[in-house]
Amino acid sequence: MKTFSLLSNRAGALFLAPAAALIGVFVIIPFFWVIVVSFTNRTLLGSTALNPDFVGFQNYIALFNPLTFFSRGQFGFSLILTTQFVLLSALVGQALLGLILAWLSQTVSPKIKSFLQTAVIAAWILPEVVIGFAWFAFLDFDNGTLNMILRGLGLPPGDWLLQNPFWVIVVFNTWRGAAFSMMLFNSAFQSIPPSYFQAADVAGASSLQKLRDIALPLIKGHVVTDLILITMWTFNVFTPFLLTNGGPSYRTELLSIYTYRIAFKDFEFGKGAAVGVIIMLINLAFALVYLRMARKKPAEAD
Amino acid sequence: MASVEFQNVSKSFGTFNAVPDISFNIADGEFVCLLGPSGCGKTTSLRMIAGLETPTSGKVLIGGKDVTNLHPKDRQISMVFQDYALYPHMNLADNIAYPLKVRGKGEAERHARAKEVADVLKIGDLLKRLPSQISGGQQQRTSLARALVYPSQVYLFDEPLSNLDAKLRLEARGFLNHLQRDIGMTAVYVTHDQAEAMALATRVAVMDKGRIAQFAPPLEIYRRPATTFVANFVGNPPMNLISIRVEVAENKLQVHADGIKVEGLTVYSHIAEAAKAKAMTLGVRPEHLRIAHTGDINVISGTLFANENMGPESLVTIERPDGNRVTARIFTDDVIKTGDIVEFSFDEQHITLFDSTGLRVPALGEID
Repeated sequence: MKTFSLLSNRAGALFLAPAAALIGVFVIIPFFWVIVVSFTNRTLLGSTALNPDFVGFQNYIALFNPLTFFSRGQFGFSLILTTQFVLLSALVGQALLGLILAWLSQTVSPKIKSFLQTAVIAAWILPEVVIGFAWFAFLDFDNGTLNMILRGLGLPPGDWLLQNPFWVIVVFNTWRGAAFSMMLFNSAFQSIPPSYFQAADVAGASSLQKLRDIALPLIKGHVVTDLILITMWTFNVFTPFLLTNGGPSYRTELLSIYTYRIAFKDFEFGKGAAVGVIIMLINLAFALVYLRMARKKPAEAD
Repeated sequence: MASVEFQNVSKSFGTFNAVPDISFNIADGEFVCLLGPSGCGKTTSLRMIAGLETPTSGKVLIGGKDVTNLHPKDRQISMVFQDYALYPHMNLADNIAYPLKVRGKGEAERHARAKEVADVLKIGDLLKRLPSQISGGQQQRTSLARALVYPSQVYLFDEPLSNLDAKLRLEARGFLNHLQRDIGMTAVYVTHDQAEAMALATRVAVMDKGRIAQFAPPLEIYRRPATTFVANFVGNPPMNLISIRVEVAENKLQVHADGIKVEGLTVYSHIAEAAKAKAMTLGVRPEHLRIAHTGDINVISGTLFANENMGPESLVTIERPDGNRVTARIFTDDVIKTGDIVEFSFDEQHITLFDSTGLRVPALGEID
């Protein structure tokens, strides 16, 4: 089939060339380079810096060493921590909070709705460094806003970053990312004809019944898309590093932070690359599931 | 079943005053049509009965109970929507039985009742299908079934037939008429189709710019339109309206307008004195006009503008010297050529007169 085209093939290729070169240099070559490095004992300094040895699967075997796998500061600990983090802050926190906010904002007055959306989206669009510092200031033991409020109410202050660092980053990430789910669900709800809900109102349905019986089944595709996207994003998120530095004592060291420490603090490039490859494989799995769902959608809508 | 009452209800959307001030009373068991052009406030009024809109001021009563601020679900009403509002992910049985589901009825009971109602509406064989797998007429009946599946005080219809093609619409109209006779429901039915309103309603409320121009049985509206607006809206084609000047001579009303010859009107002799040399509007329905014969006394003449053959009758339109057009429904096969001068004649008792403000002037026989 001959399709209409704006440019000849040669001109098109010429325009594509710069982008292709950049992607090649900064994405495709590093991709394969990381795989190569992960099979070596390359480091920043010492004899293995210039002439790294090929060590086969040694880096991978070290990561999955059953003796140290679950100890703090090791790969397994970070993997499990990241899984918990994704489940709590992305799936429960962001998606559920986003869904509730989006559903509630369907019924409130336009003024409250726009205020709510502005507040939630502000958390999403602020630069990461800014919110990292803002949360640090909020949670500080001596002069933090939260403890000032608690003291004002006569409640005991808490050293949140020291005592409950994991819950701090869970709440932080929920707060940070709920806007995306809210906006996505909001537009999904708005794509449902209002008469569906009015018919349910007249028939006597409560808000919860409308959500369960009408809204959720009709936005199933949006929910799946949202869950996969925020799972991928949260799995790779690095922002909590700005708040806790991965600590105290590795208690908030997510996989991305772990990789960073191994590669750029301990300068074990080989081992860091191996973690990178594993993260890449996990992301690939998410992406495949997502692409499959996305491809299925047109048939579903039929 | 219950009555519906509006007490000085108004509704504004921002600065737009959709319904300025409206009061009416619908008795138990009445089928009332709210008829009017788009933007006349008829759908807003219906939605205020349903509780989907809250009046800016005034009161809405259902069965004598003030429901002005009640949520739709607490009003015991049913509503059929213009787009049917069927849930695409539920089959017909679940769609029809949804109001029972939210009332906590068990699945067996729900489906038995849905089947019962669907059988009455002749869609009993389709209950396993999805809305996308049935025709428009069947979708319409499904949404009707969902409205009928639970007992209601008032049934509300928001242009339920406007998405159907002409033939299906006639069929559905006949069915609704039958249903109303069968169960004697209190119904409020919004439409812009005057034929639908005339066919279905026990009373019609003709609405114009948020106000009720006339609220009367269909025949009354047809025979004695209260204003020129009603006269022009009801009837297909609508009533011919001709600007005239009147004066009194020999105790009769004399009509003056180009191309019109009317002998002194005796049925309006009572206003002859008050109507001295005044501008009025003369109305006469197309079906009351016929091709004039020699000796006819009331005659309108003009050049032929259009001649549309409708099968049983022809719609013959003439243009009078002042550019005003007059249409007649002629039940003959006479050949009339474009450019011909055509004369219509009519009887005195078929004339409707409107004063200069557009209000109908009662004829002599109507006044005691």
